[in-house]
Amino acid sequence: MSSAAVQTATPTQPTGKASRTKPADSDRSRAENSLGRKLVAPAIVLMLLVTAFPMLRALYLSLFQYSLTAPEERSFVGVDNYVTALTDPLFWQTTANTVGIMVITVAFELVIGFAFAMVMHRVIFARGVIRTSILIPYGIITVVSGFAWQFAFSNTNGFVNSWLPFLGDDFNWFASYESSMIAIMVSEIWKTTPFMSLLLLAGLAQVSEDMIEAAKVDGATWFQRLFKVILPNMRAAIMVAVLFRALDAYRIFDNIFVMTAGANGTSSISFLTYRQVIEQFQLGIGSALSVLLFLSVLVVAFVIVKVFRVDLASARQER
Amino acid sequence: MKNRIGMVVGIVLILLWCLLPVAWIISLSLKSQDSITNGNPGFLPADGTFAGFANYSDVLADDQFRRAIFNSIGISLIATTLSVIIATLAAYAIARLEFKGKKFVLTTALVIAMFPVVSLVGPLFDMWRTLGIYDTWPGLIIPYMSFTLPLAIWTLSAFFREIPWEMEQAAQVDGATSWQAFRKVIVPLAAPGVFTAAILTFFFAWNDFVFGISLTSTEAARPIPAALSFFVGPDPFNRPASLLAAAAVVATVPIIVIVLLFQRKIVAGLTSGAVKG
Repeated sequence: MSSAAVQTATPTQPTGKASRTKPADSDRSRAENSLGRKLVAPAIVLMLLVTAFPMLRALYLSLFQYSLTAPEERSFVGVDNYVTALTDPLFWQTTANTVGIMVITVAFELVIGFAFAMVMHRVIFARGVIRTSILIPYGIITVVSGFAWQFAFSNTNGFVNSWLPFLGDDFNWFASYESSMIAIMVSEIWKTTPFMSLLLLAGLAQVSEDMIEAAKVDGATWFQRLFKVILPNMRAAIMVAVLFRALDAYRIFDNIFVMTAGANGTSSISFLTYRQVIEQFQLGIGSALSVLLFLSVLVVAFVIVKVFRVDLASARQER
Repeated sequence: MKNRIGMVVGIVLILLWCLLPVAWIISLSLKSQDSITNGNPGFLPADGTFAGFANYSDVLADDQFRRAIFNSIGISLIATTLSVIIATLAAYAIARLEFKGKKFVLTTALVIAMFPVVSLVGPLFDMWRTLGIYDTWPGLIIPYMSFTLPLAIWTLSAFFREIPWEMEQAAQVDGATSWQAFRKVIVPLAAPGVFTAAILTFFFAWNDFVFGISLTSTEAARPIPAALSFFVGPDPFNRPASLLAAAAVVATVPIIVIVLLFQRKIVAGLTSGAVKG
């Protein structure tokens, strides 16, 4: 497929770089323009078709009282659904859960992931084995890891209780809010720390060894080298990793569905939205929750980008 | 010496972290149903109950499970193929051509990568029913394609940016036709990147759960993660842990095989896609 593309591209563009530095003649740049657009068109159309269009439809549906169990009674209610959602303590409870899970899991992942990355960066032997193993949690279906941890924490067939001496064998992790949340977060941290450590490893590889050596010669301690040389120089990689993982954690759904199904108030915003739409068939209020979920993700992304001054362009080495 | 010990401890910790839950679920899948219902809270299968192999034969004999595996393989492969083809075109344009709207493509991809999937299931559920593709393969393939495109576009454009395109002209100067130049010079250089993008895309599709449970209602299209979560057995309050574990192991095997075979490519793709873009 791309062969045809190149054949048409070749005559119009002798060297990729030349046309970028000097303003090419208008015919050539016009041809390049139109070819470029044709090539990205399928991707753009598909992405917008499955996201932008449904999102607009959700925005529209959120203004209606609309239940699939009684589709005839659909009626326009304006912002009532939003008022209902935003004044319901359950909404704020799930938001607090989601933010809590995001902050705590990303913090743990960052520390543990960095430790793993340091080991992987320096390791000489068994490199292949470690890299392969670290991909296993990444590759495993989240639902499966949820089950594995649910059974591990179970007081009838799990091993966690027998491995933790300060707990009785019959301690029920899924009986209270706090312990259920711990179980959920453990499964999330287990599954995604390897991904974090791979991103941090790539960042570590970009820190120049000369600088670390120079600091060593100047008598900097291990901690000084870590905090004054290594971490500042891989800031961009850390920030991108945090941004990606935070937004991913904010969408948490699979583990909660499998491990607690929202029992003891452990629901996340994603889970609450799913419940309203798919289980209760409440498309009106469900759509309002969908819109709120989308907006809150935007807010989280904005806050992270602004507060931590994430520079995506430089992190991706565009400039 | 001190460093060496620290390194070994670190390696052991990493391996334990990665493999412990896997070992645990394999162990669970080998326990007999009885020992689990009667309470057997240990890590290893107790009193030599490797009778647990019956779990595997039960799972593999289950029609619904086999159907779910078939759905997952079919849907993931089709979505991966189509998504990688479309992403290749887009990534080629982004890496090699100057055109207006390039930034728009990259921004759209970035936004979609961060999109909360659940906020789309409502409208898609509604739309798919109207269009008649609810609970069908295309009903899952389309969302999978759209959500794997950003990852594939980033990974591929990172790879394509590294390709010395001038070599193509060089080959033409040496007398190759432009098709020969493309096929003999560019394709071999681009193939590893395309392959990596395909693996990552396949992972995503195989792992998806939200679309899988929301946009299917029967075994006609239900993929394996959704089927696992509905696998409750005769007593809904006591999930058949050992059967479920055996099913989970079977569903995980393809992924582990891919990881073992293509470890190097996956690491390169993951880090270049996210960090180098």
